[in-house]
Amino acid sequence: MLDTPMVVADRVSKSFGSNEVLKSISLEVKRGEVMCLVGPSGSGKSTFLRCINHLEVVSSGRLSVDGELIGYREANHKLYEMRPKEAARQRRDIGMVFQRFNLFPHMTALQNVMEAPIRVKGLSKVGVEANARALLARVGLAERADYYPAHLSGGQQQRVAIARALAMEPKLMLFDEPTSALDPELVGEVLDVMQGLARDGMTMIVVTHEMGFAREVADSLVFMDGGVVVESGVPTEVLANPQHHRTQAFLSKVL
Amino acid sequence: MTDTTATGVKTEPGIKAIRLRHPWRNTFAVVLLLLVALFIADAAMRPAYDWPAVGKYLFDQRISQAAFVTLQLTVYSMVIAIILGVTLAIMRLSPNTVVSSIAWVYLWIFRGTPVYVQLAFWGLIGTIYQTIDIGLPFTDPWVSFPTRVALSAFILAIVGLALNEAAYMAEIVRAGLLSVDSGQEEAATALGMSWFQTMVRVIVPQSMRVIIPPAGNEVISMLKTTSLVTAIPFTLELYTRSRDIAAVTFETVPMLIVASIWYLFFTSILMVGQYFLEKRFARGIGDRRPDKKADDATASLTGTMTGVTPVIGSGQPTVVLPPTDPHKGDR
Repeated sequence: MLDTPMVVADRVSKSFGSNEVLKSISLEVKRGEVMCLVGPSGSGKSTFLRCINHLEVVSSGRLSVDGELIGYREANHKLYEMRPKEAARQRRDIGMVFQRFNLFPHMTALQNVMEAPIRVKGLSKVGVEANARALLARVGLAERADYYPAHLSGGQQQRVAIARALAMEPKLMLFDEPTSALDPELVGEVLDVMQGLARDGMTMIVVTHEMGFAREVADSLVFMDGGVVVESGVPTEVLANPQHHRTQAFLSKVL
Repeated sequence: MTDTTATGVKTEPGIKAIRLRHPWRNTFAVVLLLLVALFIADAAMRPAYDWPAVGKYLFDQRISQAAFVTLQLTVYSMVIAIILGVTLAIMRLSPNTVVSSIAWVYLWIFRGTPVYVQLAFWGLIGTIYQTIDIGLPFTDPWVSFPTRVALSAFILAIVGLALNEAAYMAEIVRAGLLSVDSGQEEAATALGMSWFQTMVRVIVPQSMRVIIPPAGNEVISMLKTTSLVTAIPFTLELYTRSRDIAAVTFETVPMLIVASIWYLFFTSILMVGQYFLEKRFARGIGDRRPDKKADDATASLTGTMTGVTPVIGSGQPTVVLPPTDPHKGDR
């Protein structure tokens, strides 16, 4: 069981109308692995990430998390799209962090973190609150528990968003450009939290432009362009010695 | 060089700023005040207003009962209108074309015809549909009763007002729902929340900030629109009742003043209520305070002192908050 990969994508394709955004993506993410997805904008990396928790529905191919097919049920050699309730159950175990934080502005940091465990898992408020405070402490925001998002800096908001996702005790964390909307001096505090998560053994897929983070924290790096995986491998090697000319062209711009 | 500059700065007489004067503003204000005073003095004396009669009827039991009926009409029809309006708004946002089209047609009809005409139609419902039958189509009904018995004028008034108002509420609610960033729905979905939970816990509370100001206007408007239910005809509400009394006593003008005072009284209360609702749903937005608890603690510690800066947090990058005003509570 521990040997099976956490995420398996097998020829995953996705089209918006006639526009094919993902073209037969195949990759694997092992348990405890940190994978960074990099590539130019429009390369399909965010779309791929959103397919993993069924925020986008894949057009063809198979995508499974922890051995379970995402968004579809298989019966009689056919795939049937899941009902919203079943999809919601799968999403519980997959945390997601967004570029624009998407904290609930009408709730305090603590309420943001407590919302899903209470409403979705139906846990009792007392235990959830203790756990939520511990999570906020873990991301260094114990003192900010009663602040509304509008009173927090971007970096603090993103750390609350990470705590909110962790509150559901996910087995996989998806990060969609988590530092792209932040002022440069706030990027570090978010990356530190993510590095801590990686150290604790969380399986993570990170869409990012932070090559330093990819080099130091990630176990694997996947370079996407035009909806296909152009190159992948150990981050230090891909970054130092890119094989494909498209990877070379991209890295020469961002490094 | 520097010496002369320094002394030059010192000895230079400061510029005495004389602000631009606006003599006409003051003159105009005085003229306006004089006109208002004249009007009030004249109105107080003018026999047609008959102030003693106004005083006599203001708290007349028939009038206060009618005022209560007006309030009931407003509240009941508004509650139905909000429920129906939310339903119609969600229908209009539905991916099902038939559902959204039905909502659109409803809006087209009920917004496109005068409420007075609609109320007249509701008054005739007993003539158009003489009985209300419950059963399967094309078979004998299980239960059948006359419409006029089942639906009193009071109920028809509420239904007529509510169905008209629902069309307006639907547009207000729709605008409110669309004002919430789509990232909010995504975040809630990604956490595993159902559509219903997402609506109730995330989208609707945020849309309230946009919905409440126009909805408050609608409530006030509804209070005044109740005077049109005479088209049904329903005669027990404030305006029709005071007009009926005037028809007997020939004190038309005083009765209109009495009715106006009651309407103003109710709308004033509603405006106060709206103010507090708006504060309530502005939580986390606009106010520059950490939270209510911290504010209460500050207020209780410092008594009436204002301008205290609570600095919360240690070891974290310090956020120094602007002075809080304990009177600016958000609920």
